[in-house]
Amino acid sequence: MTDAIEAANLEKTFGGTVRALDGVSFAVEQGTVFGLLGPNGAGKTTAVRVLTTIVQPDAGTARVLGHDVVADAGRVRALIGLAGQYAAVDENLTGRENIVMVGRLNHLARDVASTRSAELLERFGLTDAADRTLKTYSGGMRRRLDLAAALVARPAVLFLDEPTTGLDLRSRNDLWEMIEGLVDGGTTVLLTTQYLEEADRLAHRIAVVDHGHVIAEGTPEQLKADLGATVLAVGLPDPATAGSAAEILDKVGTKPPSIDGSSIELPVDDGPRAAMEALRLLDGRDIVPTSFELREPSLDDVFLALTGKRTEADDEDADAAGDGARGRGRKGTRAAATTGGAR
Amino acid sequence: MTTTAATTTTVSTVPQGAPSIPGGSRIGWAISDTLTITRRNLIVYTRIPEFLFFSTVQPIMFVLLFRYVFGGAIHPPPGYKDYADYLMPGIFVQSVAFGSISTAVGLSEDLQKGLLERFRALPMARSAVLTGRTTADLVRNVFVVAVITAVGYAVGFRIGAGVLAFGAGILLLLLFAYALSWGFAVIGLSAPNSETAQVMAFPILFPLVFASPAFVAVRTMPGWLQPFANHQPIGVVVTATRALMHGGPTASLVLQALAWCFGLLLLFIPFAVRQFRRRT
Repeated sequence: MTDAIEAANLEKTFGGTVRALDGVSFAVEQGTVFGLLGPNGAGKTTAVRVLTTIVQPDAGTARVLGHDVVADAGRVRALIGLAGQYAAVDENLTGRENIVMVGRLNHLARDVASTRSAELLERFGLTDAADRTLKTYSGGMRRRLDLAAALVARPAVLFLDEPTTGLDLRSRNDLWEMIEGLVDGGTTVLLTTQYLEEADRLAHRIAVVDHGHVIAEGTPEQLKADLGATVLAVGLPDPATAGSAAEILDKVGTKPPSIDGSSIELPVDDGPRAAMEALRLLDGRDIVPTSFELREPSLDDVFLALTGKRTEADDEDADAAGDGARGRGRKGTRAAATTGGAR
Repeated sequence: MTTTAATTTTVSTVPQGAPSIPGGSRIGWAISDTLTITRRNLIVYTRIPEFLFFSTVQPIMFVLLFRYVFGGAIHPPPGYKDYADYLMPGIFVQSVAFGSISTAVGLSEDLQKGLLERFRALPMARSAVLTGRTTADLVRNVFVVAVITAVGYAVGFRIGAGVLAFGAGILLLLLFAYALSWGFAVIGLSAPNSETAQVMAFPILFPLVFASPAFVAVRTMPGWLQPFANHQPIGVVVTATRALMHGGPTASLVLQALAWCFGLLLLFIPFAVRQFRRRT
């Protein structure tokens, strides 16, 4: 199979100090979805900006459909589409005007651009709002319009930079369905996300990125297998009890429990069975948990497993992004990762 | 290209390729992209109330202010029966000069909102962001000049030197406005945000517009100010426009004004392009 995207040892430093990319390499097979998963400030967006020719790398090379993103930037631009977390659409234009404009700037003929925009508005459920300015659109509608505009010239490779960050549950699900529809059509997609669940649902392969490095790569199944399929989280009355509970439950998980204040967490293979065993063990020592939960592993858990530490969101980036749900600390990540519901 | 073969399952995702890749003329695409951006900017102008205000209400208010509030106290120089005849060329230049602030504000906003970054990932001519902006402002200025001409007529302004000379005066001030737009594009691309761009523009424009023969004769100003008022670009353009619209010797004045226009274009276009490259 041909690789639609090849990135080799990409490096990029901003302002002399912020090392956004520190030797990133990956390859995306034609017609597949590749997820770049990582916390804020990991370098995901910078990778997308390099691959979409917006910024040039300091070192390393990248090719999109065989064309170098620096030497042959014009050709690359003609083959790609970009939609992002900032939904860089013009809020003073209507939905239709936005798509037609991007179509015209992709050098589609006027009538082609207008037929395409009608088609895309229909497909993304925006026909009723087509002739209203974007000021009247909700966040989810803006993202959909941004995605529609990115598709106007039928790009062979689509870049989605955190397409659902900051969206509510329903908008996120809508957008996921639309992205899945694209993938069925054979478009190569590079997706960046902070949500393990999003990468898990959409991507064929995932690269986990941290501090400008790819720290793990594989299929979602491979990554989760390393992790244990489920996380058992137990809240206890006080840290001392948490300590003894961690000892008691040492053998229940695939890895020893981690203690955070008065709660402990452990990855387990067979959730219900592990839960029963854990309760039995705790009961045997007269320990009564304050909370007891089985949940999907989150990005935070992937990080914990891969790096031995929790994700630290890059505060500057995180604040600039201004998103509600972000992977700062474990609460935020957990909330984010569970929004899609249990499988 | 081998790469298209794999993506043939649905119509919506098959890359078209051909129309996107500039085949024939780069200049043709650059013009087409400029027109697309121009159109977009003009649509946006009609939808933002403050831009409409700066393009219509503000110039009209200046006409009325100087005609009826200050006008009685200002004695037009010999040769002008009516202050309106002296005033209107000044109002024209002042209006297009203040209007060029919108070039700075508009570009600064596009930069802030990330729109220019998105344009970077499109196969468009990069120059179109700047040429489309300045062209839209040229079109807006044509509209402003038409509005002010009508208001001027209503308050007593009459063409003194024939329609052709008046038309030449209009062309001269549109050319000057175009040159100024490029200057304000530099400011728009240098300012951290659009509010700052606006704040940066006023202290530059105010002395140029008011320490000039736009509203009062330069000979009424203190001696130290007169050389500046007579020779700074707005002063020169006002004098040349007035000569074309009212009558009198024009050749040397118009040449000086043209020299300023082209001089400013030669200075500002490369400067704007450099700032644009730096910021996007």
